[in-house]
Amino acid sequence: MFQNVGEMLVLFFRTLAALPLAWRQRQKVADQFFEIGNASLLMVCILSFFIGSVIALQTGPLLVEHGLASYVGGVVGYSICRELAPVMMAILIAGRIGSSMAAEIGSMRVYQEIDALRTMNINPIHYLVLPRLIALSAALPLLVIFAILVGWLGGAFVCVANTRIEISFAAFLSALRDVVEISDVANGVFKSFVFAVIIGVVSCHQGLITRGGPRGIGRSVTKAVVNSIVLIVIFDYLLTRALQK
Amino acid sequence: MNPPTSNQQGVSVQVRGLHKSFDGQEVLKGLDFDVQAGEIFVIMGPSGSGKTVLLKHLIGLEQPDAGDVLIQGQSIQSPEVMGRFRMAMVFQSGALLSSLTVGENVGLYLSEHRLMPASEIARIVAEKLEVVGLKGTEDKMPNELSGGMKKRVAIARALVIEPQLILYDEPTSELDPLSAVVVAEEILHLQERIRVTSLVVSHDRDLAFGVADRMAVINEGRILTIGTPEEVRRNPDPLVQQFLRADFKHSNERKEHEKHA
Ligand SMILES: Nc1ncnc2c1ncn2[C@@H]1O[C@H](COP(=O)(O)OP(=O)(O)OP(=O)(O)O)[C@@H](O)[C@H]1O
Ligand SMILES: [Mg+2]
Repeated sequence: MFQNVGEMLVLFFRTLAALPLAWRQRQKVADQFFEIGNASLLMVCILSFFIGSVIALQTGPLLVEHGLASYVGGVVGYSICRELAPVMMAILIAGRIGSSMAAEIGSMRVYQEIDALRTMNINPIHYLVLPRLIALSAALPLLVIFAILVGWLGGAFVCVANTRIEISFAAFLSALRDVVEISDVANGVFKSFVFAVIIGVVSCHQGLITRGGPRGIGRSVTKAVVNSIVLIVIFDYLLTRALQK
Repeated sequence: MNPPTSNQQGVSVQVRGLHKSFDGQEVLKGLDFDVQAGEIFVIMGPSGSGKTVLLKHLIGLEQPDAGDVLIQGQSIQSPEVMGRFRMAMVFQSGALLSSLTVGENVGLYLSEHRLMPASEIARIVAEKLEVVGLKGTEDKMPNELSGGMKKRVAIARALVIEPQLILYDEPTSELDPLSAVVVAEEILHLQERIRVTSLVVSHDRDLAFGVADRMAVINEGRILTIGTPEEVRRNPDPLVQQFLRADFKHSNERKEHEKHA
């Protein structure tokens, strides 16, 4: 995958250079934005609720046993907003949205639609990549904020309902407030912004370099998802390291 | 309509020593020819002879391995050429954007380059669709159209550009004889109206001899002959004659014989 890193960087900087044209493409940005929201909101909801639940389920009984019940809210809240929500949502979006971007652009490539754009002197980066990248890097952070809240709710739900934990909702929330600061949420949201750029660039790039027929499109889709996820995890480490308090 | 370039004339095209290989297979083996501004130049040749690849070089979609294409004296590979001259290509497959309606496809050039307000674009789109016999299909999606209809939409999309150079890749290959005549007439009409330079790739001998000012026959990446239709018709090269004369009356006669036997 790494032979493409240079090309992806070029694509990224070309798209950045086209940012002043974003206003012209606002209609397409909006379309993409709502498409992303539509396609993923329900899944984000389910996924983040259960992630919150399972973290509470894993850590809650252990902490309670050791007399650390007042930490449960903090542990759950902190890990969700700094790590789990941004990474899991990014992986979800890579699978749901990155794949469809690669497929759509890839089939436009294979069926000469991109050639047709170029003969009309329409830059495929301005027309296709720019709106997708902007929409995705706006949508994913918003989805992550949403996922954090739902994840907390899922954690709280398990803490209240599970007989081995049994912490009240108010206690969970106040423990969470003691530990989690607004900067922690911002940290997670910032990460998700970087992940969105990664997903957008990797997927659009794979779409644009698609070769061959339907099989080529399939190959591009797979690569877009796998490469996005690998890069997300690598960047997750690097960002965590760089942003450590 | 009065787009900024409508008073500009067609552009000349010069092809110089064009070579292109794909994965070691040489597809264009050194092509040289000139197309004068405002001329209709027809390229004929058997399937797989490199006609589509040649057209793609003419509009900058492929980079040559060697040689160059000059549009009005400027290399197609210099970045500003595409912006300076209006060019259009009608793809063999149509190459309509499948996510846009027919109307949006036809008006795409005008809307993306913000050349006029939406109402004006809608008027022009309707007008061009009528020209190709597809009045009122604006709101259809490309996948609801037949192959020949897609081709005609692609032609309408090219007409909207009011180009100075227009490349047609097999414009009549999927059309019924009647639509083929309409398309041929439109190729001529466009040339009369805006003095566009037209390059037409076609196997269709009726079309070729009907519209060409000059023509070339290519085979396996080389030009066999080039000249006016009369000159080409008189060319003694057996390959050229074979191509121009090929006919399936033969096989029909054979069938008749078989029946009698
Ligand atoms: N992108 C490509 N990669 C590899 N080979 C290619 C590519 N494009 C064309 N070719 C090859 O170049 C040769 C010429 O193709 P081209 O499409 O120009 O033929 P053509 O003259 O347009 O034929 P037809 O009349 O059937 O459309 C073919 O052998 C084809 O396999
Ligand atoms: Mg062809």
